[in-house]
Amino acid sequence: MVKAMITSARTYADFTTQATFEIKKCDVFKLDEGPATQVVLTRDEGLQYYRTMQTMRRMELKADQLYKQKIIRGFCHLYDGQEACAVGIEASINLSDHLITAYRAHGYTYTRGGTVKEIMAELTGRRGGIAKGKGGSMHMYCKHFYGGNGIVGAQVPLGAGVALACKYQGNNELCVCLYGDGAANQGQIFETYNMAALWKLPVIFICENNRYGMGTSVERAAASTDYFKRGEFIPGLRVDGMDVLCVREATRFAADHCRSGKGPILMELQTYRYHGHSMSDPGVSYRTREEIQEVRSKSDPISMLKDRMLSNNMASVEELKEIDVEVRKEIEDAAQFATTDPEPPLEELCNHIFCDMPSLEVRGTNPWAKLKSVS
Amino acid sequence: MAAAARLFIRGANSKLSIAPSSLGVTLLKLSPNCSSRTKTQRRHATHFTFQPDPVPSQYGPTQKMNLFQSITSALDNTLASDPTAVIFGEDVAFGGVFRCTVGLRDKYGKDRVFNTPLCEQGIVGFGIGVAVAGATAIAEIQFADYIFPAFDQIVNEAAKYRYRSGNLFDCGNLTIRAPWGCVGHGALYHSQSPEAFFAHCPGLKIVIPRGPIQAKGLLLSCIADKNPCIFFEPKILYRAAVEQVPEEPYTIPLSQAEILQEGSDVTLVSWGTQIHVLKEVASMAQEKLGVSCEVIDLQTILPWDIETVCKVVGFPLERTVQLSSFGLRCGQTEIIEVSLQADNKTERKTQNVGSHKDRKTSKSRWSKQDACLSVTRHR
Repeated sequence: MVKAMITSARTYADFTTQATFEIKKCDVFKLDEGPATQVVLTRDEGLQYYRTMQTMRRMELKADQLYKQKIIRGFCHLYDGQEACAVGIEASINLSDHLITAYRAHGYTYTRGGTVKEIMAELTGRRGGIAKGKGGSMHMYCKHFYGGNGIVGAQVPLGAGVALACKYQGNNELCVCLYGDGAANQGQIFETYNMAALWKLPVIFICENNRYGMGTSVERAAASTDYFKRGEFIPGLRVDGMDVLCVREATRFAADHCRSGKGPILMELQTYRYHGHSMSDPGVSYRTREEIQEVRSKSDPISMLKDRMLSNNMASVEELKEIDVEVRKEIEDAAQFATTDPEPPLEELCNHIFCDMPSLEVRGTNPWAKLKSVS
Repeated sequence: MAAAARLFIRGANSKLSIAPSSLGVTLLKLSPNCSSRTKTQRRHATHFTFQPDPVPSQYGPTQKMNLFQSITSALDNTLASDPTAVIFGEDVAFGGVFRCTVGLRDKYGKDRVFNTPLCEQGIVGFGIGVAVAGATAIAEIQFADYIFPAFDQIVNEAAKYRYRSGNLFDCGNLTIRAPWGCVGHGALYHSQSPEAFFAHCPGLKIVIPRGPIQAKGLLLSCIADKNPCIFFEPKILYRAAVEQVPEEPYTIPLSQAEILQEGSDVTLVSWGTQIHVLKEVASMAQEKLGVSCEVIDLQTILPWDIETVCKVVGFPLERTVQLSSFGLRCGQTEIIEVSLQADNKTERKTQNVGSHKDRKTSKSRWSKQDACLSVTRHR
């Protein structure tokens, strides 16, 4: 009896505080060397990444559930499977840096400082939402996070502009500008590459290549699937986007590159999304269930991190389970809030069209229905 | 919905003393201040019921089709009869996100029905090239909201090709199709009705059908038309609108408005989904207010059938046309406002449903199609 008590009382002194891991080497383009392949992960960092990724995963799954219950309407693009990208990137930049992405934005809203409550309330279109309930899934914003953009590829020139502002203000900040494999074929991306390289803007272009642009596989959409080379005169890295340590290391390398004044750099994160393009896409008409299952079993970012930590004695199964339980509770509370918070009042429907103008009347659904717009 | 009703209260003889608010209240379903709900939310979208057209008898045997099926039928007819016809756009190969091109790739081959990468500007530019070289190009833009990267190509290249080459070259073989209009859950980027942006552009034709029978006929006319055409398909009607559509190809002439219902007191002019709202409105007005409404479907937005509308509304065309520049909010309806010459002796009651600033008056040297007219409020 006494023996059992002693062995079950594990103290934190039992855990290794840090361990070194070997990660996959990145393919490089127009670079003499790439990011380090030997990385150090501390216990605290590991637990934090685990918690963040698990929160994002559960949040997306909850959103899936709420969507199917028709509590979330409209469009909903889920990020599960790609958590390592958001967490890895955030681990190597500061909150004072800037980030902009496309519509698969829930994960980034969280890593950039949004709370799960605010995010879920925005999905359900309530007052407590991060965009006051008027943005929805695709239009979430918070400090130094410029959304959340619906039109494919349109956010990339914006990102370069933010980077120009950073350079101009000399504040040593940079801008991380994300887009997908589908957007990589848009004309404005190339215009942006040119401007960023010409003016040596501190921008990290990141192509999240999840192999499918909606329903079109990359081979059928792109003449060159080496997205990290598409910058042509911009150096590039191809990174395993399912491994949070790989992403972190590559982003660190890229951030150093930018901050040292060398100009833009391009990263391709090879990742995968488990859900379809959006909630109206089952996701199995253009790829096999076996493929999804394979990625889930072999390369799931959360499982990979968990295995690493457990096999190196950096955490215990119970500890991680406890984190899971806490995360689940947080998501449940957020979902409860998101379902019960009231919608924004009708008077706010047309606000914020303009700024600093006397309030004007906006036409409603017919010429006599006038709504007020307060700027 | 951007296609709003235009009300013209005709003549001094009108017995009508409609207070706009009364009609407004019946039309608008106001969403009450929402209290918190745990159950699924009620939708507060303005409702409409699709009103099918009667079965046409002059085009041969018909088949029950919804809007996307009628589009597929039109495209099928085109690919069968025109060996140069090609269809391209995002995701058209598997059938399209709205199923408008289902089965065509299997039937006609992958060199005639193919996907493009995600690049609207490229799609339209490419389409112009295909058309100039002599093939019939049918380009699909996945949602009308995404047409803006292609705006330059459409307005600066496609529309002006014939003019600037002195009729040596043209891209009349180009037809651009795009799902259009609000759908309830589309929000900013899946609901837009951008026809007004293009309506200022000479050289283009813009067509919007109200149902499957019109859609097939108008699309075939657009494809046959020797001018670049933009064909907007009301996405909310893709499945909801079911009619008996002729199987054989047939055309409905462009730039001809259709009078759906004759009336003597008020004229309602619109296009697309809103026609069905107006038909309901017309019957409600008759029933509840004893008002006889005339309902006109413009069908072609540019160049629009100004003659039919003017004839119906009772404004003679010989009057001088006032050319006006536009005010702050310039939707398509504001463009189609009929102006009277400053002839204050004639008492006409017109309903001002838009406002203009900077009105410049000059005698118009342009064709009546190009003239922009404005409603003058007689207070």
